[in-house]
Amino acid sequence: MDGEPLIRIRDLRKSFGAHEVLKGVSLDVHAGEVVSIIGASGSGKSTFLRCINVLEKPTGGTMDFGGFHFDYEQGARLQPSAAQLCELRARIGMVFQSYNLWPHMTVLENVVEAPIRVKGEKPAEARNKAEALLARIGLAEKRHAYPSKLSGGQQQRVAIVRALAMQPRLMLFDEVTSALDPELVGEVLSLMASLAAEGMTMLLVTHEIGFAREVSNRVIFFDQGVIAEDGHPREVLRQPKSERLQQFLHRVLHEDAYHAAPLTEGAAP
Amino acid sequence: MIEKIAIWWEGFAPYVPGFLHASWLVLVLSLLAILVSWGCGLLAALGKVSRFAVLRKASEFYIWFIRGTPTLIQIFIIYFGLPQLGLRLSPFVAGVVALGFNGGAYVAEIVRAGLSAIPKGQTESAQALGMGRWQMMTRIILPQVFRVILPPVTNEAITMVKNTSLLSTITVVELTLYSQTIIATTFRPFEFYIATALIYLVMTSLISQAAGRAERYYARSL
Repeated sequence: MDGEPLIRIRDLRKSFGAHEVLKGVSLDVHAGEVVSIIGASGSGKSTFLRCINVLEKPTGGTMDFGGFHFDYEQGARLQPSAAQLCELRARIGMVFQSYNLWPHMTVLENVVEAPIRVKGEKPAEARNKAEALLARIGLAEKRHAYPSKLSGGQQQRVAIVRALAMQPRLMLFDEVTSALDPELVGEVLSLMASLAAEGMTMLLVTHEIGFAREVSNRVIFFDQGVIAEDGHPREVLRQPKSERLQQFLHRVLHEDAYHAAPLTEGAAP
Repeated sequence: MIEKIAIWWEGFAPYVPGFLHASWLVLVLSLLAILVSWGCGLLAALGKVSRFAVLRKASEFYIWFIRGTPTLIQIFIIYFGLPQLGLRLSPFVAGVVALGFNGGAYVAEIVRAGLSAIPKGQTESAQALGMGRWQMMTRIILPQVFRVILPPVTNEAITMVKNTSLLSTITVVELTLYSQTIIATTFRPFEFYIATALIYLVMTSLISQAAGRAERYYARSL
């Protein structure tokens, strides 16, 4: 890919105590790329996503994004300040597994809160934009409802819209369909697919291999805290090079996970 | 029978204005002390989760001291003890300060429990949208905490109304001291203490009622 990447990450590391979760991850993401991150649980993929907007503070490495240059190395001068972190996060949208809508605010209030309080938009203007976004996902008539009155799929779509209302340059999705009932997964994925089609730069940690194959134009396989494979979905998913990725794909693609789980000796009743 | 009631009322009537005045004083004392206790409680609760060790230690000491000593002794320290250090407070001010400080320690523990009841995802989603600490606290976290802590905070408010009777010991002429002075001249403790109790009961019941309404209002988002 040509030109300056939107985000450049070099040798990113993160330890929790003595346990090193990320062991040096380097990644360039260009504007318009849709990158799916797959990997077994504990491979560090969620931690990596959370390090990008510094919900977890990396313990080493550097990051460039939108004019910011952060150096997370111990004792480095270019550690992000509190104000820089707010500005960085205002430009990177993030959606979580558990939606995390604010229960004491209506749908509309959830969406306009950050544009008004963080970006300083005029309330009327923020409201108009929010209503347009809600109309787009078919939830305009729910704008005065509280999150508890919405289904999981609706809540997650509102959470996506809440992030979009900040007009982010980059969207991070952290296993956003994992907490949903199976019949509600589709509506969230199709919203994400339409964002991808509009050219939104997206980084998503997902277990939806089908979605990774159809929608993303790049797939990254995380294994034991490093990027083990990185490439076009067709290459990575159809012709996995490493045995670990082959095993992983075999496990997640097996539809009947319960019967597919190998019985270890002595485990049978 | 009617004659008897009339005679009883004649003995009682002269004290009605005095009772009203003393009740008003209880209301004002309680209200001010409750406000002070919320201020102290919020500060101490935030102090306890502060990044700064000094604030954490100070909050812990405050809560430990207040909860481990009798309220009456705390009132005495502030009213009788502080003048020795050159700080002389009127009985009214000393009463508000002592009860407010006292209530604050209990409110602090309630707020702390309320804070820990808010899921981590709530702060994370606020941070992820670029909110600063202050915005996150005032707009996202504390409004949710208020709903959770409303019932225990109501109990504290009721305790506060009842605790104002302790101020009779430092010459604040609130309901308890007022009824004592009347009884000293009328020698009719039964009626007057019952009347005093009923007035307290009306006030505490009104607080429960108001809190019930507030709870239903906050439950609208559930």
